[in-house]
Amino acid sequence: MTRYLAVRLAQALGVLWAAYTVSFVVLYALPGDPVSLMYGGDSSDITPEQLAAVRAEYGLDQPLPVQYVRQLGRVLQGDLGTSVVNGRPVTDLVAEAVPPTAQIAALGLVLALVLGGGLAIVATFVRSRSLSQTLLSLPPLGVAIPSFWFGLTLVQWFSFTFPVFPAVGNKGFSSLVLPAITLALPTGALIAQMLSRSLLGTLHEPWADTARAKGASRTRVHLQHALRNAALPTLTVTGLVIGGLLSGAVVTETVFSRAGLGRLTATSVGAQDIPVVQGIVLFAATVYVLVNLLVDVLYPLLDPRIVRVRRPRPAVAPVPTSSGEPALVGAA
Amino acid sequence: MTERLLTVTDLAVTYRTRHGDVRAVRDVSLHVDAGETVALVGESGSGKSTTAAAVVRLLADGARIERGTVDLLGHDVAHAAPRALKAVRGRLVGLVPQDPTVSLNPVQRIGAQVAEVLRIHGIAGRRGAEVAAVEALRAAGLPDPEVRARQYPHELSGGMRQRVLIAIALVAGPRLLVADEPTSALDVTVQRQILDHLETLTSGTGTGVLLITHDLGVAADRADRIVVMSQGRVVEQGTPDAVLGSPQDTYTRALLAAAPSLRGARTRPRTSPAAKAAPPDPVLEARHLVKDFALPRSAGGGRLRAVDDVSFALPRGRTLALVGESGSGKSTTARLALRLTDPTSGAVLVDGEDVTRTHGERLRALRRRMQVVYQNPYASLDPRWSVERIVTEPLRAFRVGDRTSRAARAAELLDVVALPASALRRRPAELSGGQRQRVAIARALALQPEVVVLDEPVSALDVSVQAQVLDLLAGLQADLGLSYLFISHDLAVVRQVAHDVAVLQRGRVVEQGDVEGVFASPQDEYTAELLSAIPGGRARTTVGGAR
Repeated sequence: MTRYLAVRLAQALGVLWAAYTVSFVVLYALPGDPVSLMYGGDSSDITPEQLAAVRAEYGLDQPLPVQYVRQLGRVLQGDLGTSVVNGRPVTDLVAEAVPPTAQIAALGLVLALVLGGGLAIVATFVRSRSLSQTLLSLPPLGVAIPSFWFGLTLVQWFSFTFPVFPAVGNKGFSSLVLPAITLALPTGALIAQMLSRSLLGTLHEPWADTARAKGASRTRVHLQHALRNAALPTLTVTGLVIGGLLSGAVVTETVFSRAGLGRLTATSVGAQDIPVVQGIVLFAATVYVLVNLLVDVLYPLLDPRIVRVRRPRPAVAPVPTSSGEPALVGAA
Repeated sequence: MTERLLTVTDLAVTYRTRHGDVRAVRDVSLHVDAGETVALVGESGSGKSTTAAAVVRLLADGARIERGTVDLLGHDVAHAAPRALKAVRGRLVGLVPQDPTVSLNPVQRIGAQVAEVLRIHGIAGRRGAEVAAVEALRAAGLPDPEVRARQYPHELSGGMRQRVLIAIALVAGPRLLVADEPTSALDVTVQRQILDHLETLTSGTGTGVLLITHDLGVAADRADRIVVMSQGRVVEQGTPDAVLGSPQDTYTRALLAAAPSLRGARTRPRTSPAAKAAPPDPVLEARHLVKDFALPRSAGGGRLRAVDDVSFALPRGRTLALVGESGSGKSTTARLALRLTDPTSGAVLVDGEDVTRTHGERLRALRRRMQVVYQNPYASLDPRWSVERIVTEPLRAFRVGDRTSRAARAAELLDVVALPASALRRRPAELSGGQRQRVAIARALALQPEVVVLDEPVSALDVSVQAQVLDLLAGLQADLGLSYLFISHDLAVVRQVAHDVAVLQRGRVVEQGDVEGVFASPQDEYTAELLSAIPGGRARTTVGGAR
């Protein structure tokens, strides 16, 4: 298990390095001088000398490889640079933006899991074929609805027509609800889609029939046997959609005028604040990598077939395969 | 008068498909008494599995019981409400499913899966159920049941998993056991152990058994009565002696004639005594082949010797059978001989020439001389290609002929394997299993090879189709002078087609010689065990008398 973790961790660091490098190449090595872009290109109120001074300040007068190595060195020490718009450290800006986004993302994820998972379970459980079909057609609809439109519709209904939740702002739990629902819609739809497909598959597995032959009720077969097996691919997808929640935050926070990582991304990209954008990219990659690492660690707990050897197994007989090929199993 | 456990009366089951209704079972009536084993025999599509599924009401989606009743100790299973059904399944009737490798929940411990039956029916509490589960596993003949109970299905072999399923079926003490081809996915020796054990377990308690099987040999050995089904109908039933000794129905007779375990007649061309005295030069030879596989680190690393010092010679125009159970290394040996994988040491010779290190263009040229027919004709043909395209693929790969001549060759090849020319435009899905295997054989013959490796060529086919394909192979050998390397786990089939046989166990050749000699007086203990495990032993004498 330790070895497994070590390998996964090394892979995670590799992914982070790659994400950083790609964002560096895209943002710095493309034609167009970052500093001229920052200061409005050919505006005449900044003298070439001043521009050169700014470039020197940011180290942009150095050759690209040197810049890359320097920046990477700083990043490794936890210094992501400073914003070119307001001169504040990027780490501070990101650290301030994360909590509000984390709140709506976490609530959104919980809603997505509960509603998406619940929909999948109910849709595959109901006896009525037409009801099941109707429920199963909801997830594709959920994926297809544009978040900004859905968000605006929610505001229209629940802030203006029935003023239950505030339309904008960061104050209190009530301000979380509508953005979280907006975020949860595509995520939950994806989870529902995946889980219902897997459930329909596992319910037709021969071992499900074995359970039925034991006298197990439909509920028992569904929840105790099929669900745990069906949860495995869904877990992988859940790891992936958490990354999606961050990008969803850009639209959602813009629609609901909330401060947060999404808004910071939108404004930084708009202002071409390259160090901040890069800091956000790095942060998003870190979250993504950590979540998937967590999924990898959870997987063996759910699926015993993935578990690494922890204790010597007593005399495992070779597993016969249909082709008669010797099976490479056993020999603890 | 013994108690009647199961009465099926005028049962009819229909499957609703896109192409209209398929009547899988029509007017089937049968019964099982306490302590009795009734074998339901038939080929695929005969409706035997559907009948079994109807007895426990586990029919597939789209299947409907049209008519008839299934009476299980007074419970009307065919029309029971879900709640009533729950009380019957597991408690009154246990099911042993077909394929043990996919019939256990992969993420649940063995013990919990057995104990679940007792928990569902409220027979025992949590602790009690656990203890009872271990006992049931022990009774099913599983070694170290305490350890097994804590393991997961993937850690057990197929035979062990089938014992777990038997424990699940019997743990609640049902009166009737429905066993749907309980051993067809297992090796013959394991098959015999399991069936023996099942017999012991059920005879002691007076449990009735409905045994579904395609193997008349198994039925003859195990059943008190045999019910033969064909196309959804019962065509014959009676004691094994009556059904096998003097079959009344033409279908039963055909089935009997085709059953490899029961028929002694050989399909292979007889070799003249002169040829026997001086066998021709070997066209394919293996010398001291060894193949090691690295074990995955998760299994503790190390190496597994799959093939251990295997030598054999395949004389031109003859058939050499490599026989063994799962894991014996027979398929790996075949792959080595075909040069599809490289040996760790040893040599492969074709026509006396060492080809072990041949590669590139010369290896490609070698491929023309050796072709292969795989076990599963459902998997080895591209479903999107027409038969013509499949059969002519080797010709295109070697740029033999032009479009017209290839088309002509395809028609010729289909003729050789006795398929109608109209099959050229069809796709594999439109053909039956036997027809598909004929297509695979035609493809192997396209380049006029000298050696054909037949890797379990008939084990996925019904017995009557098996016999036809074996006859075809024998005819082709006589006409074209082909040499066959015949891989099989089925000694009954080997006896029919092979001239020579090599018995493999754990990667080693334990016995080698001509088929008559080895079968008549096996020198090795393992060979003897394999031979005695061929089902139908009880019946062979009966049938022999009738022949």
